[in-house]
Amino acid sequence: MCTYNTETLDVYGSAKGATGWFRATQATVYFDHPVHHAAGHALMVDLLNPSRGASARVGLELDAESARDLANAILRTLDSVPEGLLDH
Amino acid sequence: MTYDLRAFTTEIEGHDGDRIEAYAAVPESAEPTPGVVVIHHMPGFDEQTKEIVRKFAANGYAAMMPNLYSREAPGASPDDAAAAARASGGVPDARLVGDVAGAQTWLRARAESNGKTGVIGYCSGGRQTVLAACSLDMDAAVDCYGAFVVVDPPAEHVLKVTSLTGLLPRLSCPMLGLFGAEDQYPSPEQTATLVEILAEHGKDFTHHTFDGAGHAFFAVERPSYRPDAAVEGWSMIWDFFGRHLS
Repeated sequence: MCTYNTETLDVYGSAKGATGWFRATQATVYFDHPVHHAAGHALMVDLLNPSRGASARVGLELDAESARDLANAILRTLDSVPEGLLDH
Repeated sequence: MTYDLRAFTTEIEGHDGDRIEAYAAVPESAEPTPGVVVIHHMPGFDEQTKEIVRKFAANGYAAMMPNLYSREAPGASPDDAAAAARASGGVPDARLVGDVAGAQTWLRARAESNGKTGVIGYCSGGRQTVLAACSLDMDAAVDCYGAFVVVDPPAEHVLKVTSLTGLLPRLSCPMLGLFGAEDQYPSPEQTATLVEILAEHGKDFTHHTFDGAGHAFFAVERPSYRPDAAVEGWSMIWDFFGRHLS
């Protein structure tokens, strides 16, 4: 089904999309029908900059296990950052 | 018979008089033809749904699909437009009705129109088909596995979609519902509730739930595709629209 299940958050960073690098200001996370990944549903992440138009986007479509592995890897990486570096 | 057809992208007047993009396919025939509004699913105004629009024309129907994301992302690729629409909160129900009304007006205004128009949608478009058929004067509607017609989405889903239970007494036309027995959204229990409510209000609703099929069994490009259910489902659609839109 089209789940409507969506989280939206503000982010600060950069992303590289079809037209090159752009400042990413927003992210959406949702579990719904993918466009390209061959599955009924997938965990999707969009990094966006709405002020730069709809094509300022990097999209990810992952199966649920891959998405959890990625999320855990991100958290492990952040947890292992030497003291003081997260402030810069 | 299979009709030759002409397919093209155009602009129509949608909700609030907004100019929106639409994709149309019409049979190359001088005969009076009915019209069908095709409502795309949440992944957008995409190639797969355009193929469905052309399928209607090949079968003798003038068909039009309004781009529900025209405003959020004019000219963007369908996947980027769908992402932009989702990020900005989705398609409001009132706007959907206005955009479908615009497509219906375009179809009725064709010189070859027989005056009849139906509406069909898949997945989120199934729910929006029920919404349109309860809000506009339609001649027939086909809801293909639309979720959240008789139940609200979980509260944590931020897109502001609600059930259509309160609107169902206003269903304006005969409706066909096509569902999968293994689908949970809508589940067979939700389909039974829909049947009960529409029967209570004396509405003409026929439905079929296909064994061995889940959600999106019509979607040829997805692993959910079930050829047996899809072929039989299309046959039911031609029979239903043939009876109510001729």
